[in-house]
Amino acid sequence: MGVSEQLPPARVQRPARKRLHNGRWAGFLHILVARMKELRREPEVIFWVFGFPLLLALGLGIAFRNKPADITRVAIVAGPSAQNVAALIQQSPQHSAITAEIVDESRAMQGFRLGRYDIVITANADGGFKYFYDPSRPESVLSKAEVDDAIQVADGRKNPLPTSSVVSSEPGSRYIDFLIPGLIGMNLMNSGLWGIGFAVVEMRQRKLLKRLAATPMRRSDFLLALACSRLVLMVIEVGLLLGFGVLIFHMRVMGSLAAIGLWGAIGAVSFAGLGLLTACRAQKLETASGLINVVMMPMWIFSGVFFSYDRFPAVVLPLIKALPLTALNDALRASILEGTPLYAQSGRLLVLVLWGGISFALGLRWFRWR
Amino acid sequence: MPAPAAIECRDLRKTYDGKVEAVRGLSLEIFAGECFGLLGPNGAGKTTTIEILEGLLDPTSGQVTILGRDWQNKPRELRELLGISLQETRLSEKLTVRETIDLFASFYEYPRDGADVLEQLQLGEKADAWVGKLSGGQRQRLAVATALVGNPKILFLDEPTTGLDPQSRRQLWDIIRDFQRAGGTVLLTTHYMDEAERLCDRLAIIDHGQIIAEGTPGELIERLGGHHVVEFEATGDAGSEAMLDRWRALPGVESVRYEDGLLCLNVREPHRTIPALLEAVENQGSQLQHLTTRQASLEDVFVNLTGRHLREG
Repeated sequence: MGVSEQLPPARVQRPARKRLHNGRWAGFLHILVARMKELRREPEVIFWVFGFPLLLALGLGIAFRNKPADITRVAIVAGPSAQNVAALIQQSPQHSAITAEIVDESRAMQGFRLGRYDIVITANADGGFKYFYDPSRPESVLSKAEVDDAIQVADGRKNPLPTSSVVSSEPGSRYIDFLIPGLIGMNLMNSGLWGIGFAVVEMRQRKLLKRLAATPMRRSDFLLALACSRLVLMVIEVGLLLGFGVLIFHMRVMGSLAAIGLWGAIGAVSFAGLGLLTACRAQKLETASGLINVVMMPMWIFSGVFFSYDRFPAVVLPLIKALPLTALNDALRASILEGTPLYAQSGRLLVLVLWGGISFALGLRWFRWR
Repeated sequence: MPAPAAIECRDLRKTYDGKVEAVRGLSLEIFAGECFGLLGPNGAGKTTTIEILEGLLDPTSGQVTILGRDWQNKPRELRELLGISLQETRLSEKLTVRETIDLFASFYEYPRDGADVLEQLQLGEKADAWVGKLSGGQRQRLAVATALVGNPKILFLDEPTTGLDPQSRRQLWDIIRDFQRAGGTVLLTTHYMDEAERLCDRLAIIDHGQIIAEGTPGELIERLGGHHVVEFEATGDAGSEAMLDRWRALPGVESVRYEDGLLCLNVREPHRTIPALLEAVENQGSQLQHLTTRQASLEDVFVNLTGRHLREG
């Protein structure tokens, strides 16, 4: 920032003229601040950087949520023994997971067809029961096993082998837990490439880069400031998605916030470097957006944002693991979900540092200022 | 003792892609405190020349010295001393005028106060407006403001008034004169001859990447041979070769040009030429259809040198 020095007070009517002097980092700070202001005034940026990932997380999180202890919905066809069946179900150890209704046969069948009931039970004249279920509907199959088990046990069946079960639906193993770190990684890639790449090409097209190059501005400061603007945004992006996961989906964060923040920073700078390289020569926005998509496409597909990359053939796995987004996603997942320390992930660190460092250096070298 | 040269270049050449020769052996010497103009049609090599001098383009060959320094050895030091306005820069639209000027000020070690510069350029009222909301004239003034805020010794202006309305142009001329009055050196390019005539102490006319004439506006016009131009049309074969010789022989006529049915005589003393002209037309038995006299302009100089008008490019 400008450091102003007051000249010795002069005895004149006019206010003494200040002689302004800028320090070493004045330019860097001004570029950084200007960049942040520009971003804040760009509504689209706010949406794509912050709103979109949150909506995506919300949508996918709801769609793939683990339903809390599925309730089996049973229809009992009205008849002389219907009450008996209902009573048996009430007495069974599983009664809390089963809701049974006594309805007449046509209502029961219609409800079953429409998916309102998973299974229909009819009492036979001989005291036994008939199950009506659909073997192609998983919940129907499950219901049959569960209801049968419940009724048999309630009626006094003794199991030959004593067994016990422990229930596990802990946060940490659900889809949303897998998804959130992947979305954080993808978001860092998106905004690194678009945020830097697009901005640079736009400034080049406006001849603003040339105008800036005509000032004493240190060119490295300019690129550094762009990368640092990513760091500031990174904190917000990572914080929002993570906070969202914790608040809405009760995600459990195992690693320290410092470690997660550090991975976010490494990822953000690495992708800022990649964005710089992608955009170092392009003179048209169309060229740049094509290039950015080409760079991002393989990582969208292979880097395990939405599903695990283990499903790809083993031969290509080493290649997939060499992609920066794969390294970042794996590192974020390990840190957030398992609390894996940084030093145990040196391979991933190396991948990100190499991608970021090499592309930054090449981008700087090939950078076109006009 | 002659004043030291602020800008000096020797035998500048620039070839694009090994074939297009934009600048072909151009040498200039511009003195401190001078306002120097590069005048020429579009595509003459003005912008290439000024961008080489600004250190934004590397010449294919030739030397540039600015305030005793060169671009290879002292680039940052030089940038501190120069204020540059490019032909076409669209500054960030979502920054305010004040933010823009403060940003540019931050690049210089000893900048001027941004608010002062805005006030001087009559942009004070617009300080909090987004750049995207400014009019063309205001944007151009802001571009000049970003050049002035570094407190430069030399101001480079590439086509500063192109596309501006007359009032905005005049405002910019005042700003440039103020800068010069405060001791600054100005190098500007233009294809408006009135601008060059009013603003520039000296100028160089550039065509096809070369200087075809150099001097003060007065000298260049003087070199035409006459300060006045007499234009007329006459019936008959007034434009034939034989008749052209006849017109040239009239008293006080320095040169003759014939274009589009109009005869242009460069004359030293119109009061001697015109009566003789009227008499000659009468003797021919033809009739004068149109007669005007005016001061010779740089346009006449250019046309005389190249056979083309400035605007034709």
